[in-house]
Amino acid sequence: MTLAQRINRAQRVLPAWPIYLIGFGWMGWLFWLGLNGDLGPEPINALERRYGLLALQLLVATLVVTPLRTWTNISLLKYRRALGLMAFGFLMAHFLVWALLDLQSLSRISVEIVRRPYITIGFAAFVLLIPLAVTSNNASIRRLGALGWRKLHKLTYPAILLGAVHFVWLVKGYPLEPFLYLGAVIALLAIRLVPKRRPAARAPAGAVTR
Amino acid sequence: AALAATGAPAMAQGLEPNTLEQISTYNNYYEFGVGKEDPAAYASALDIDPWTIRVDGMVDRPGEYALADLLSGLQSEERIYRFRCVEAWSMVVPWNGVELADVLDKIGVQSGARYVAFETVVQPENMPGVRSRVIPFPYVEGLRLDEARHPLTLLATGIYGQPMPKQNGAPIRLVVPWKYGFKSIKSIVRITLTDQQPPTTWNRLNSREYGFYSNVNPEVDHPRWSQASERRIGGGLFSRRQDTLMFNGYGDEVASLYAGMDLRENY
Repeated sequence: MTLAQRINRAQRVLPAWPIYLIGFGWMGWLFWLGLNGDLGPEPINALERRYGLLALQLLVATLVVTPLRTWTNISLLKYRRALGLMAFGFLMAHFLVWALLDLQSLSRISVEIVRRPYITIGFAAFVLLIPLAVTSNNASIRRLGALGWRKLHKLTYPAILLGAVHFVWLVKGYPLEPFLYLGAVIALLAIRLVPKRRPAARAPAGAVTR
Repeated sequence: AALAATGAPAMAQGLEPNTLEQISTYNNYYEFGVGKEDPAAYASALDIDPWTIRVDGMVDRPGEYALADLLSGLQSEERIYRFRCVEAWSMVVPWNGVELADVLDKIGVQSGARYVAFETVVQPENMPGVRSRVIPFPYVEGLRLDEARHPLTLLATGIYGQPMPKQNGAPIRLVVPWKYGFKSIKSIVRITLTDQQPPTTWNRLNSREYGFYSNVNPEVDHPRWSQASERRIGGGLFSRRQDTLMFNGYGDEVASLYAGMDLRENY
């Protein structure tokens, strides 16, 4: 049995719900650490960064699912909704820590969103993902139709790209980490444009599919 | 005398210093990495013994000074200052050190000199941030001579009466309390007197965001974040923001240095 087959067989028995359990558990645990002074002397900034980074990491993970299936036949599609929703959960937490604990006032929040481009695009990414989070359920897929739903969920692409740029834009100097994330996001988006030749038996010679 | 004039009022304002733990675990010292916890994690590798400071430029007595020689005979004082980072957080730090003016008198500033330039040590083998080149090193900073001579301006060698923690810029660093923290250059190995405005690291990297003066000013925003308010480190998860004070609260002492200057232009 190939590795891909083994993973695909395992995913048939491994449910997706532990992703929520671990995700929300981790979110709460980090908050608890902040509350108890275990995230350093500036827990607000620490939480903001930790939640934001986890959101980006999970969003990148959702981008991996399709190319992984295309290029290796490993199918993790079953987990993508949980990864995406959990990413949105951390993004929401990131936003709430920033708005409620960091800025603490509606006027500051609106001024920052309007006046600071890196916050504008981070907020735009958040807003773009709201309809996707709301429609991440089977009922919505039925209501929108598979095609319409897929079209709507292409919004993840600009949203994740904006998120990665937001990270690059907010740092000082040229640390490697945010550029690695931006590079990964660009690569994962670009690989979707690469035509994959299916085996001749399943497609006419020269036919290009994704 | 200067202690009576500046240190005591700082105490009288009821400034509650941050703990040594807070002061030494939340730092920007990019030579050791860009994370706030990186300096505390890695700075122990900094080699500070022996420490010599090169004094050059427009001075009467240039040379390589052992740290102890540069400081010998000078009055060390405690100064409790607000410390305001350009990232909009702040602390209160009880520094120990000497007035920079006293050191300048010792090395003999020549009449044509108008600026003081400083340089931070570079020890690539001990400094992971230097190896990964997050910004150009050595880190350089500078002050106008009248700013450098101001009695509030300190060369600090300790905190809470203890030797300066390495992550805070051991063995000797600048403290200019009315300017954003990045002006207060750490681990100084060179002091140069010059008649030209010296280059400064953050200004070189991004002149739109970081000016030469970088005085704390709630009315002039950094392009990426507001400077109108700040958060005191150590207040926990629900700590309130507080309004940032002009010149970080030292306007009575230093505003006259900038009389007639447009502080929006000279940010």
